[in-house]
Amino acid sequence: MKVTVTVNDGEVAAEVADRTLLVHFLRDVAGLTATNVGCDTSSCGACTVLLDGRSVKSCTVLAAQADGRAVTTVEGLNDGSGELHPVQRAFRAEHGLQCGFCTPGMVMASVSLLAENAAPTEDEVRTALEGNLCRCTGYHNIVRAVLAAASEGQRQ
Amino acid sequence: MIPAPFTYQRASSVDEAIDLAAEAGEDAKFLAGGHSLMPLMKLRLAVPDTLVDIGRIGELSYVSERDGHVAIGALATHDEIARSGVLAATVPLLADAAGRIGDPQVRHCGTIGGSLAHADPAADLPAVMLALDATLVARGPSGTREIAAGDFFLGLFETVLAPGELLTEIRIPRPASAGWSFQKFSKRGIDWAIVGVAVQGGNVGLVNMGSTPLRATATERELAAGSGPGDAAVHAAEGTSPSDDLNAPRAYREHLARVLVRRALQEAASRA
Amino acid sequence: MSILGTRVVRTEDPRLLTEGGTYVDDLRVPELAQAARVTFVRSPVAHARITGIDTSAAKEAAGVVAVLTVADMDDLPPPPPDSGLTGTEGAPLPLGGPWSEPLLAVDKVRFVGEPVAIVITDDKYGGEDAAELVSVDYEPLGAVVGFDGALAGESLLFPPAGSNVAVSTGTPSDSAAFDACDVVVERTITNQRLAPVPLEGRAVAARWADGKLTVWVSTQNAQIARFVLAGALGLDPAGIRVVAPDVGGGFGAKVGIDRDALIVGWAAKHTGRALRWAETRSENMLGMTHGRAQRHTVKIGGTRDGRILAYRLEIVQDTGAYPRMGGFLPFLTCLMASGAYDIGHVETAYQVVVTNATPISAYRGAGRPEATAAIERAVDLFAAEIGLDPGEVRRINLVPADKFPFTTPCGATYDTGDYVGALDQVLAGAGYAELRAEQARRRERGDVLQLGIGLSSYVEITAADADGGETARLVVHDDGTATVYTGSSAHGQGHHTAWAMLVEAELGIPMDKVTVIHGDTDLIPAGVGTYASRSLQLGGVAVQKAAVEVKDHARKLAADMLEASEADLELDVGRGVWQVRGDPAASRTWAQVAAHAGDTGLTADVNYTEGKPTFPFGTHLAVTEVDTETGQARLIRHVTVDDAGTVLNPVLAEGQRHGGIAQGVAQALLEEMVYDAEGNPVTGTLVDYAIVTAAELPSFELLSSETPATINPLGAKGIGEAGTIGATPATQNSVVDAVSHLGIRHIEMPLTPARVWAAISEAREGR
Repeated sequence: MKVTVTVNDGEVAAEVADRTLLVHFLRDVAGLTATNVGCDTSSCGACTVLLDGRSVKSCTVLAAQADGRAVTTVEGLNDGSGELHPVQRAFRAEHGLQCGFCTPGMVMASVSLLAENAAPTEDEVRTALEGNLCRCTGYHNIVRAVLAAASEGQRQ
Repeated sequence: MIPAPFTYQRASSVDEAIDLAAEAGEDAKFLAGGHSLMPLMKLRLAVPDTLVDIGRIGELSYVSERDGHVAIGALATHDEIARSGVLAATVPLLADAAGRIGDPQVRHCGTIGGSLAHADPAADLPAVMLALDATLVARGPSGTREIAAGDFFLGLFETVLAPGELLTEIRIPRPASAGWSFQKFSKRGIDWAIVGVAVQGGNVGLVNMGSTPLRATATERELAAGSGPGDAAVHAAEGTSPSDDLNAPRAYREHLARVLVRRALQEAASRA
Repeated sequence: MSILGTRVVRTEDPRLLTEGGTYVDDLRVPELAQAARVTFVRSPVAHARITGIDTSAAKEAAGVVAVLTVADMDDLPPPPPDSGLTGTEGAPLPLGGPWSEPLLAVDKVRFVGEPVAIVITDDKYGGEDAAELVSVDYEPLGAVVGFDGALAGESLLFPPAGSNVAVSTGTPSDSAAFDACDVVVERTITNQRLAPVPLEGRAVAARWADGKLTVWVSTQNAQIARFVLAGALGLDPAGIRVVAPDVGGGFGAKVGIDRDALIVGWAAKHTGRALRWAETRSENMLGMTHGRAQRHTVKIGGTRDGRILAYRLEIVQDTGAYPRMGGFLPFLTCLMASGAYDIGHVETAYQVVVTNATPISAYRGAGRPEATAAIERAVDLFAAEIGLDPGEVRRINLVPADKFPFTTPCGATYDTGDYVGALDQVLAGAGYAELRAEQARRRERGDVLQLGIGLSSYVEITAADADGGETARLVVHDDGTATVYTGSSAHGQGHHTAWAMLVEAELGIPMDKVTVIHGDTDLIPAGVGTYASRSLQLGGVAVQKAAVEVKDHARKLAADMLEASEADLELDVGRGVWQVRGDPAASRTWAQVAAHAGDTGLTADVNYTEGKPTFPFGTHLAVTEVDTETGQARLIRHVTVDDAGTVLNPVLAEGQRHGGIAQGVAQALLEEMVYDAEGNPVTGTLVDYAIVTAAELPSFELLSSETPATINPLGAKGIGEAGTIGATPATQNSVVDAVSHLGIRHIEMPLTPARVWAAISEAREGR
């Protein structure tokens, strides 16, 4: 079937198998490989993107379900000016990534969290990220990064 | 990782959804949020030949106060339910339980109708429906019917819904008592409950103590007879048939049920 | 002021945060444009004879390029003759002879997930469909499950070997040493089987063209991978190029190249088609090697006033279906058995047994977490028996600071350390006395939520294979930039940042002008790669030495250019400029000096082999809260000293400690690979295998301690595995401590709510 998705403000249209997962549409059709597949039971969150502004696990969504809707991946986070998004900036400043594989999903989950809760507590951050697994960082610096991005956002 | 091939169809209304499913036959399934169905399909434990996507039927997503009850469209997501000001004020048990399902990404997609129709005894909302004496409204080729939550769940992943029949609305009578509590015991925050308890007034629903959600009827009888939380909770596991699995032997589940029911009743009492 | 030792954010991050890393499955290189996809057909049974494979239906399916089984593998070299390895050589070498492991299964399968056939399809989605059409007939054999199942030997994985015991060695027990003790405690403890679960699973792409095999693989060691490919496929290493792109975590399970990836490499050559494979998580849970899986019988004896006199550690190592590491892991466990303590009499022994489960290999710590877990549990058991505070018992027995270098009865020589200092620092930092007071208050009140405080003091061996060395090549270009070619192979550790820091510190070339390259055997033919926490102390030192050589060469060049004597020249590191002392006008930039180097270029090649194993150490203190009505344990604080010598970049060191601690805590509380009695995995997905999430952990409290290594100019030891090693026993000890007032002395890992509840419930019934 034909699927048309607005990805990072650009339209991507293609004829794809009905069973195409959104994550594969993004990686193989839209050519955006930052979003990764880390599991097959919707457990790890590495595939997290925003669908109409809210975080979803793109491995558990059909491309067909995103037809006519808007997806944001980590590649679409900064406005193209070259400036990092505050969450990206905070992840770097706080060393919130090591191998980087979980990072795109972790960043998008964090962006979604801060859109819904601009001033989370540490506990709220930890609970909000429980759908995003990281094996490298122990989460300590990821949590610091999200709190730093939140307080930068609060100062603005 | 990849579902077996299927044909995707999209419905823009309930009637269209029912027609498409009827045409496709018994191997068709409805796709709402997809977060119960897609994981099964990706492991090829479910292999429907047709998916009827009902996720765009806007008319099925609402939370409305009506006379004597709150009506929730079957396509309301767990996140919408958790954030609903109406539910926070009228049925906080449901708002609380919905807000603790899975993780934020799951809650943004998963729907109440989808979760109930899937009927996983380890899921939270089925037991909450029992505790709330909810009525589920279903529509299918033969028309519309209302089903009491207590009659809805038949067995493991089995409900009274006929093929081609879908849930459209959940009606929750305004609780008589303000006392409520939701206790969810799991290894990690994102895990399915090992045991869960939903209390609304004198109603006690149990998560994962059998192949369907259950009412702790012995406990409820004790409460009705005037027993306090501690004494009533002693009977929490009676009439249940919890499984032995990786996370918990049967006796442990029964023990947890007693502890969690006691805690739930105490918390509910503090809110009443 | 030197940049070394300062907090520097990573140069790797902007790319990873914006475009994302390029992992094997992200590669969009022209060589792979026409690549077909590989899907494996794997055994669904743990132990069986293969009586038939029917690929006809699969071959006829649309989009199928080929279906290959062992019958197609007629172009492989014959297996090597039995090397006669006993497994006691102390090297990670697979046992040959009767224990040999094939590529695709030959006539038997020995673990669920073992590769039996491959299906090659034009597109990814068709692969799973076609794989379902391959029909394999299995005649089940008795499954060998668990340590006792293996030892009983009723069913043998390798009948010609005559037993399931692949390796057996050790000192017999000397009862006199224990008879002399006032108190002896014995216990059998399990260090459970774990799955490494890097977020990126195994992945490989391969292309055979013009007589050369190019393999892109998610590996920690491109050069070792090339060596293994050459041997397995019968190729000259010079005809193989291995490239490690970005790698999404390894933790020891991506050392070299894996059996399944070798099959893909062979298939690329066999079919002449470029191929790619990226496993699913379900495949990964069973196909990637597992870790730990040791059973320990510990015996500890000493005096009533706390002095440990004798310790015995007996190990049964479950190595899974094929002994890929020989006896290497338990060998390391035995080497580190006595831990951070001065114990007069130490005995060790180990056996390696095969079982019908996924093969075992290195996993963060590789043999050393097991040693620490055993002795730290033993010390707590001893402390409980004599009624002394576990911190006090540690203090009495830790190797004192004035006894280094210290050679243990196990044969390890600990280089430098201050073990008592680490203990004291952690006890103070955690507020130990107040924690004990709070614990006492809660016990007095009979609170439902009890507090547990657990300690572990540890020492571990890093760069155990230091004599293998590490390489570095440094080139300064005539535009003033520099390139480092390193033999190390980062997969999250931040070497690009660290090596650039070293170049800037030595030469004054700013970090943003330093490019670091790793993981390509065409560019770096010689190197070892990253494991065993070796990279900074070997690879980093090699980079520094290369920088010093470049500096020496540059001094000569600059002297020539400035017509000055070398003695009058100085390098202003702050500005990155060579100048004549006292004459600022007489100066040359790196660009100019490099241009002056002519055809030879300004280059240094170092193979640093003078390193020796080093021994980082520390203390961990875990505080857990246990709900005594449900058995649920929650980690609420974790305080550590992890002393790995001089810290190059605190940001990177802390990150390694955090990640290590999380994995260590996860072993104690959550994770276990479980098989049923038929050898079927019960925890084969991330739903059931409980990886720790952010919600289960607190923020950690890391304290600083730097006791330099003396063997290398950076003063560096290895930090990568220390956190894991220290965290597991501290966490286990804390949960046991929380309920010790009920008479509980031990609870097996993982300390799930069900396990903790069972201990509480048994203890209460015992009264």
